[in-house]
Amino acid sequence: MNYADLFRVTLPETALDIAALLVLIVDLGFLRKAALQTRIVASVLIAVLGCGAAVLTMPYQADGGLTYPGTTDLLLSAGGYTAIAQVGILILTVLTLFLLIGSDFTKHVSEFVAVVLMAATGGLLISAAQDLLVIFVGLELLSLGLYILTAFAKRSGKSAESAMKYYLFGGMSAAFLLFGFSYLYGLTGSTNLHQIMLGFYGPTVISSTSLVYVALVMIAAGLGFKVAAVPFHLWAPDTYEGAPAPAVAFIASVSKVASFALLIGIGTAADHIFNQMGHSDVVTVSRGSMTKWIGFTGPWSLIIAIIAVASMVFGNLAALAQNSVRRLLAYSAIAHAGYILLAVAYYSGSNINANAILYYILTYGLTTIGAFGAVSVVERIHGSDRMDAFLGLYKRNGLLAGVLLVLFLSLAGIPPLVGFWAKFNLFAAVLQVNRGMVPFAFVALAVAMSAVSLYYYLQVLKRVFVMPPANETPVKGTPLTMGVLALITLVVVVLGCLPGLMQSWMASFYAGM
Amino acid sequence: MLAWTIYISFAGALLLALLPKGKAGNGQSAALARVIALAIAVAGFAIAITGFAAGAGQGRVTIVDVPWVPMMGIHYMLADDGISRVLVLLTGLAAVAGVLFSWNIEHRTSEFFAFFLALIGGVYGVFLSFDLFLLFVFYEIAIVPKYFLIAIWGSTRREYAAMKLALYSFVGSAMVLIVLLAAYATSGSHSTALVDLSRANLPVSFQMWAFPVTFIGFGILAGLWPFHTWAPTGHVAAPTAASMLLAGVVMKLGAYGCLRVAIGLFPHGLDPWGWSFWGIGSWRDVFALLAVIGILFGALVALAQTDFKFVIGYSSVSHMGFVLLGLVTLTQVGVDGAVLQMYSHGVIAGLLFAIVGRIVYERTHTRQLAELEGMYLGRRLPFAAWAFVIAGVASMGLPGFSGFVAELQVLIGAWIAKPWWTAASGVGIVIGVAYTWRALQKAFFTDRLPRPDEHPKEGWPKFDAITWPEVTATCLLFAATLIVGVYPSILLNSIEPAVKALLAGGMQ
Repeated sequence: MNYADLFRVTLPETALDIAALLVLIVDLGFLRKAALQTRIVASVLIAVLGCGAAVLTMPYQADGGLTYPGTTDLLLSAGGYTAIAQVGILILTVLTLFLLIGSDFTKHVSEFVAVVLMAATGGLLISAAQDLLVIFVGLELLSLGLYILTAFAKRSGKSAESAMKYYLFGGMSAAFLLFGFSYLYGLTGSTNLHQIMLGFYGPTVISSTSLVYVALVMIAAGLGFKVAAVPFHLWAPDTYEGAPAPAVAFIASVSKVASFALLIGIGTAADHIFNQMGHSDVVTVSRGSMTKWIGFTGPWSLIIAIIAVASMVFGNLAALAQNSVRRLLAYSAIAHAGYILLAVAYYSGSNINANAILYYILTYGLTTIGAFGAVSVVERIHGSDRMDAFLGLYKRNGLLAGVLLVLFLSLAGIPPLVGFWAKFNLFAAVLQVNRGMVPFAFVALAVAMSAVSLYYYLQVLKRVFVMPPANETPVKGTPLTMGVLALITLVVVVLGCLPGLMQSWMASFYAGM
Repeated sequence: MLAWTIYISFAGALLLALLPKGKAGNGQSAALARVIALAIAVAGFAIAITGFAAGAGQGRVTIVDVPWVPMMGIHYMLADDGISRVLVLLTGLAAVAGVLFSWNIEHRTSEFFAFFLALIGGVYGVFLSFDLFLLFVFYEIAIVPKYFLIAIWGSTRREYAAMKLALYSFVGSAMVLIVLLAAYATSGSHSTALVDLSRANLPVSFQMWAFPVTFIGFGILAGLWPFHTWAPTGHVAAPTAASMLLAGVVMKLGAYGCLRVAIGLFPHGLDPWGWSFWGIGSWRDVFALLAVIGILFGALVALAQTDFKFVIGYSSVSHMGFVLLGLVTLTQVGVDGAVLQMYSHGVIAGLLFAIVGRIVYERTHTRQLAELEGMYLGRRLPFAAWAFVIAGVASMGLPGFSGFVAELQVLIGAWIAKPWWTAASGVGIVIGVAYTWRALQKAFFTDRLPRPDEHPKEGWPKFDAITWPEVTATCLLFAATLIVGVYPSILLNSIEPAVKALLAGGMQ
C-alpha cells in the first residue's frame, strides 16, 4: 500500500471533506453579513457540488478497492454493493440538504452543512470498510456528526434533550461494539473481516463457543443501535421527535444506508469464507435436518433474525398508538429496519440479496426524506407535528397533501409505488435463499405486519384528506422545498411503475466484477 | 383494445385530480368534472362492448405482453378471455351507472370522480391481467380509492366502515401476496404469468395450503362468510356510487380472484384430504359449507334489518354466496352459473343500492323502514316504487331476469356435486323472496294508516322530481338484466369455453 493508492480509493471521501472545508471558509469568511437564506443557499450549493464531485470521482477509484500491504485481503472495498451504497448516500445527502433551505432553526448554517458532509464521509467509509478499525472509525465519524446535528436547534429544549439521549445511548452502544470487536480480535488474531471469518474455522474459536456468542451479541447491539432495531431502538422516537427536520431526515436515510451497507459487507465476507470452507468445523446453531427448517446455520443469523422479528412486530404495534407524526415515522422506521434485517439474517452473498437490501433501504431513505420534508412544512405553520396539525391539509395545500398521500402509501407498501417493489424484492430474496418453514413464517409475519402498518398510515391520511380543516390558513412551503418534495414523489411513482429501471441500474455496478 | 379501458380511466382520474378547483364558481368546475367523468365512463363502456363483440368465439386473446421487471420474470401481460370480457362489460356498465347516480354530488366533486375513476381503472386492470403479479398490483390499487370514497362522501359511521373495509381488503391481499411469493419461489419457472404458473406443476402439498389461503384472501372481498362483516357496514356507509361499485364490481374482484388464481393455479388444493369429518373431506367441502352458510346467514340477517340499506347489504352477502358455491362445484354448469351470477348480481345489486341510496334516501333523508312506512312512497315516488319492484323480483330470481338463469345453473351444478348443497341454498332463495318482499312492502306499499301527528296539515310536501340521470341509469341497468335474462346465451357463449379451459387445468 502506498498513499497514492489510498488516495485513489478514498477520492469520494476526499471530495466531501474538501467541500466541507469550503463551506466553512465561504460562509464564515465571506458571507458573515449576508441574509440567512442567502447563506443557506450558498452553503447548500457548495455541498451539492461537493457531492456531485464525489460521484464523478467514483469511476477513478482503484478497481476492487485497497488491500493491506503484501496481502490480498481487502482493507477498503470499491465497486459493487459499496459503490451503490456510496452513490445512494451522496444522493440522499443532497436531498437532505435541500430540506435545510427555508428553515430557520439555526444561524450556524455552514457548521450544519459541514457536519452533514463529514458525517456523510463516515457513511462512505463504513460502506467500504473491511476492517474492524476502519469500521469503528467510520461509525464514530458518522455518529458524532449525528449527535451534533440532533442538538442543532439550540432554542429548542426538545432538541437538546433528544441529542443527550441519543448521545448517551450511542456512546454506550459504541462501547458494546468495541467490546465485541476486541473479543473477535482476541479469538481470531485479526481485524480484517475475511481473516476473522477464516478464524472461525480455527480450533481456538471452536473451543470457545460462548465467547463467540458474547462477541456477536455485543456487535449486534452496537449495529442494532445504528439501524434502530428492537431492543436497541429507545433513542429513535425521542430523536425523531426532537431533532430538526433535516437532521432527522439524515439520520433516517443516510445513516441507515451506511449501516446496512456495513451489514452487507459483513455478510459478504462471511459468505465468501463459508463457500470456501464448507459447513465443517464451525460454530453452528443448527445441525442436520434443523438447517432445512430454519434455513441458516450461523449464530450471527440467529441473533439478527431475533432482532428482526422483534423490530417488525414491536415497531408496527407501537406505531399504532402514536399521536405525533414524527414518532409515528420513528416507529415505522423501526418496523422497516426489521424487514430489512430479515433479509440480512438470510443473506446469501449473492448480488440479488445485496441489491434487494440496498433497493429497500435506498428507496426507503428517499421516501422518508420526502415524508420528513412534508412534515416539516406543516410544522413550520403549526409549530407542532401532532396529527391534528394535518387536519384538512388537502384544502390548505393540495400539492403537499398529494405528496403525503403518495409517500405514506409507498411506506405502507401499496403498489404501484416503489415501497411495494422494495418489499416484494426483499421478501423474494429471503425465500430465494431458503424456502424452509421458518423463513417462510418470518416472511408471512412481515407481510401480515405490513398490513397492520396500513392502519397508522391511513390515520394520518385520514386527517389530511377526510376530516375538515380546523382553520383555513394555507400551508405554504418555499418553492424549492415544494419542488424537491414533488420531485421525490415523482421518483417514487416512476420507480414504482418501472421497477426494472433501478434494478438494472444497480446490476450495472456488478458488471466488471 | 380492451386495455384502453384501464388507461383512459386512470388518465381521467389524474385529469380530475389536477382539475383546478374554482374559487367562487364552484358549480362550474363541478359540472365540468361530472361531464368528464361521464365521458370517460361511457368511453370505457363503449370499448368494453366493442371488445366483447370482437372477442366473440375466440379463446384467450393477448392484448399486450412486454417484460416489465425482466430480472424477476414479471411481465406486463394483459389479455382477455370469455370470463374477463363479461366482467369488463359489467365494470363498464357499473361505471356509467355509477357516474349517473352520483350526478348530484356537490361536495368536492372532481375529487370524488377522480377516486371513482381510479377505482374503476384498478378493477378493469384486475380483470384483464394475465400475470399474477400485475393482477395483484391492480387489486391493491383498488383498495385506496375505496377508503377515501367511503370516508369522505359516506354516511353512517363512515370512518369506521372505511377503515374496516380497507384493512379487511389489505389483510386479504396480504394473504394473496404470501402465496404469490411462495408460488414464485416454489415454481422456479422465473415467471409470474398465470399460464406459466399453471403449467409449473406446483407440488400437491404446496397447493394444499396455497389454495385455502388464496381462496380466503380473495374470498374476503367476495363476502365469504365469516369474513364478510366489512360488506354490510361498508355498503351502508358508502355513498351511492361507491356502494354500487362495491357490490357491483369490487366483490367480483374477490370472486374472480378465487376463480382465476385459487382454482386456476392450485386445482389440486381441492382434492380430497383422504379423511373426512362429518362429510367434510376436502377444502372444496369446507368452502362450499361456508358459501351455503353465507347464503342462509345473509338472507336471515337481511330479514331482520330495520335499515333499508342494510337489507340490501346483507342480501349481497347472500347472493355472493351463490357465486362462491358455484365456483367450488367445479362443474361446468356450476362455474358458468357463478360467473353469470357475478354479472347478474353486479347489475341488480347496483340497481337496488341506487334506488335505496340515491332515489329514496336523497329525498326522504331516512333509511329506517319504520319511518319509510309512514311516508307512502308507493304513491309519492311511483318511479322508485316500480323500479324497486322490478329490481326486487330480479333479485328474487324470477325467470326473465339474469338472476334466475345464474342461480339455476349454480343450483344444478351444486346438485351434481352434492345434492344437500342445493337443498340448503334453495332455502336461501325462499328467504330471499321473504326479505325482498318485506322491504318492498314496508318501504313502498304499506297499508298502515298514518298516526294523527304524522299527517301534515297542508298535504305531503313534494319530493324533488326524478332527474334524467336517474332515469337513464335505471333503464340502462334494467336493460342489462333483462337482455341477459331473456337471452342468456349472449354471455354464456362467451363464458362457457373459457370456464371449460380453466377447469381443464390449463389456461389454453
